[in-house]
Amino acid sequence: MKSKVFDVNENARLLDFLGGMRAIAPLIAAVIPIGLVFGAVAATKGLTPAEAGLMSALVFAGGSQFVAMDIWTHPASWTGVGFAALLVNIRHVLMSASLGTRMQAFGPGSRYLSMLFLADEIWAMAEFRAKAARLTPAWFAGLVAPFYLAWIVSGVAGAALGAFLGDPVVLGLDFAFPAVFIVLVMGFWKGPETGAVLFASGAAAVLTQHFVPGVWYIAAGALAGLLAAVAAGSRRSVEAAS
Amino acid sequence: MSIDFATLAAILAMAAATMLTRVGGLFLIRYVSLEGSRRKAIESIPPAVLMAVVAPTAFATGIAETIACAVTAFAAFRLPMLVSVALGVACVAVLRALGM
Repeated sequence: MKSKVFDVNENARLLDFLGGMRAIAPLIAAVIPIGLVFGAVAATKGLTPAEAGLMSALVFAGGSQFVAMDIWTHPASWTGVGFAALLVNIRHVLMSASLGTRMQAFGPGSRYLSMLFLADEIWAMAEFRAKAARLTPAWFAGLVAPFYLAWIVSGVAGAALGAFLGDPVVLGLDFAFPAVFIVLVMGFWKGPETGAVLFASGAAAVLTQHFVPGVWYIAAGALAGLLAAVAAGSRRSVEAAS
Repeated sequence: MSIDFATLAAILAMAAATMLTRVGGLFLIRYVSLEGSRRKAIESIPPAVLMAVVAPTAFATGIAETIACAVTAFAAFRLPMLVSVALGVACVAVLRALGM
């Protein structure tokens, strides 16, 4: 009797894991070319396939890895790329605060462990899932496992193949991620208030990117969107009071 | 397959910075309560962050990217994600080939 209950739980967990894998599948198709490009760029900067793979495995944040390649020196400056990674990834603080409120099904340890894999794509799919259903550790693991492997393997392959790869810009493959993010943004639409958030975020990001060098635009846009939501919220509560 | 020491140090610094940001938010919400209007603000984070990431591509890179973003957004109303993304990628490739 007891073992039967256990089987049912195992089964539900397996189904959740497979559900996560199914959800991340299109993003894996999109991440492989990006990983190949990252590896190829890393090879031109003098990184070996092992070093490129180690970076993908330990950092697992495409944006900051590309920025690091942009500013790479010989010998490598750990302060320079470390600070750049902090700046590029500061948005993860907001993302993890937001997703953290959706993790009732996770134990305290597994919350922190899960957060270490909070790449943009993983986070976006997890938030999307949490709108419709309870986010479970098994479903989250189904997102992470194949995506993490694909990112590392494609990075190593890119570094090994290097110059044999064609130019992804001609094929439009560099556009795959912006396109995925646009589809996800449309899915978060909830009415005019979302419009105000998107407008504030988009305008602040474009202006900041135009006037401030580096990657401050992501943090600036995210903050502006958040402020727009707070402003809309306080206006609503004033109206309710009067 | 060798690993240079300075490169290893740089990778570890990047990893530490990234991990700090990823657990940082989770750590923060243990000390800040998230009810009422704060809850609303938290719910606005996903679209705000995603928009900030794509805005320079959508509005300040080139005509090809702007048109392809619009095509993707309209496609997303009716079509599945993979189809919308494929349409966007095909659109940007064609427009770039046309020299836009």
